[in-house]
Amino acid sequence: MHLARFRLILFLTLILFSISVSGNEFKFKRMSAEPKDTITYVSPFYDDNERCFKCHNQRVYEYTNEILGRQVKALMFSERIVDRNRFYQSNHKSFSCTDCHSEEYTKFPHAGELRMEQIYNCIDCHGGDEKFARFHFEEIEAEYKKSVHFKLQEEGFSCWKCHGPHDYKISIRNHTNLKETILYDNNICLNCHANFSHFQLLSEKEEISILKKHEWLPNQATHYKSVRCIECHSEINDTILVSHLIKPKEEAVKRCNECHSQNSLLMSTLYKFESKEQRKDGFFNGIILNQSYVIGANRNEYLNIISLVISALIILIIGVHTFFRITRKQD
Amino acid sequence: MYLYPIWVRLWHTFNAILFLILIVTGISMQYTGKSDYVLVVGFAKAVKWHNIAAMLLTLNYIFFIAGNILSGNGRFYRITKKNFLSDLAKQFKYYSLGMFKGEKHPFPVTMDRKFNPLQKLTYILSMYVAFPLLIISGFGLLFPETVINRFLGISGMILTDILHITMGFFLSLFMIIHIYTCTLGAKPASLFKSMLSGYHESEDQ
Repeated sequence: MHLARFRLILFLTLILFSISVSGNEFKFKRMSAEPKDTITYVSPFYDDNERCFKCHNQRVYEYTNEILGRQVKALMFSERIVDRNRFYQSNHKSFSCTDCHSEEYTKFPHAGELRMEQIYNCIDCHGGDEKFARFHFEEIEAEYKKSVHFKLQEEGFSCWKCHGPHDYKISIRNHTNLKETILYDNNICLNCHANFSHFQLLSEKEEISILKKHEWLPNQATHYKSVRCIECHSEINDTILVSHLIKPKEEAVKRCNECHSQNSLLMSTLYKFESKEQRKDGFFNGIILNQSYVIGANRNEYLNIISLVISALIILIIGVHTFFRITRKQD
Repeated sequence: MYLYPIWVRLWHTFNAILFLILIVTGISMQYTGKSDYVLVVGFAKAVKWHNIAAMLLTLNYIFFIAGNILSGNGRFYRITKKNFLSDLAKQFKYYSLGMFKGEKHPFPVTMDRKFNPLQKLTYILSMYVAFPLLIISGFGLLFPETVINRFLGISGMILTDILHITMGFFLSLFMIIHIYTCTLGAKPASLFKSMLSGYHESEDQ
């Protein structure tokens, strides 16, 4: 009878524990997810943009050759393809193509010299604008100018090498799945650093070997899945959310305990946006533990205190025991 | 009397050395600071040596289990339900009071009784409960892909980690107490000598 009651109480306790733990878990996540960008967005310039997408959204486009007097099919140069769906999910989805590109493009065939048009950079539109003040574009620009990427400006490096104007979308502020953000952000780097045809546009080096260069890093795959390249390759700036000062490779973070420690670097980088919502329960780096597991950054204040008290008690007992052994022996 | 055969002594020595390495490297990892290292081992070295020592310790543990089964050494760990709690109390009373009054050891070591009841309980808890949990959780931390993502709403890795550090902590405490209780032999150094020679010196001579 008693055993049955004990089993019942144990069972109920386990259920209550799992509910309370699951409940807390929800609390740690963002309370209200941002409305997701979807392709259901209808641009006020949809019809205007369609004039461009009609050809630029396709690998094969078709036009009327008035000299020959017939329809011609042609391949679109891959760098000139703009995915319509991705554009309407991107940060610039509300734009008309001719907001950034010359009105002259509305004519076909396009005039050859249009290719030489000056292309805007982020700061040209976002600089000095109150609406974008919270993003600190001026600070981003200043950081970029100190980064190794800026040295390649003459060779053609620009904001667009990382932030595709037609598909870039802000990720770290809107994420509901951090791993996806990490993948998205790392793919920005890998677009050049793991793609030789893109890489050689800006570099004379004859090969790229990310995996080989990171051979020293234990559990490479786990690191790539759990942190962004910029965690180690950029300098932290408290003003902006994502550091843009990419450092020379010699200055990259190489000491494990920069992240694997109580005051982990990751709290100022990857988890910066969330760190305001500090998870309690005594974990020093609670936000990191919501998403990941980092040796050294997983210390818990309460467990630390309990372990110290138990250790002190054991040493005290041994001390008292030794004292009595010595004094009794003398008696 | 010859109580500790060579394989037990070898296992015990390796176990002690490896466990010390694991304690030092484990503390180095758990309490590493951003600018200074706890103890003397750097994080990267600590991870490497912790992994190596842990794998060797696991092999040594398998050797211990196999040895216990094959040689019959396992019988010394067997607890009989009858009088166990009262025997445990007797032994506890001896350590806390009796030994200071010059009382005789309630469970002197014989060829058939290597461990007193308190030893049996702590050895079983440490070698057959904490040790396997430590090895299994350590395996999970070494191969994170084998750990379930979430359990009762909590990250599986965090639970594995907490289990690992808690077991590591208790076994470290066991080691401290074990070393101290080893000074409670016939003479303070007797039991340490036994572990080298294999011969046990009786407490009640």
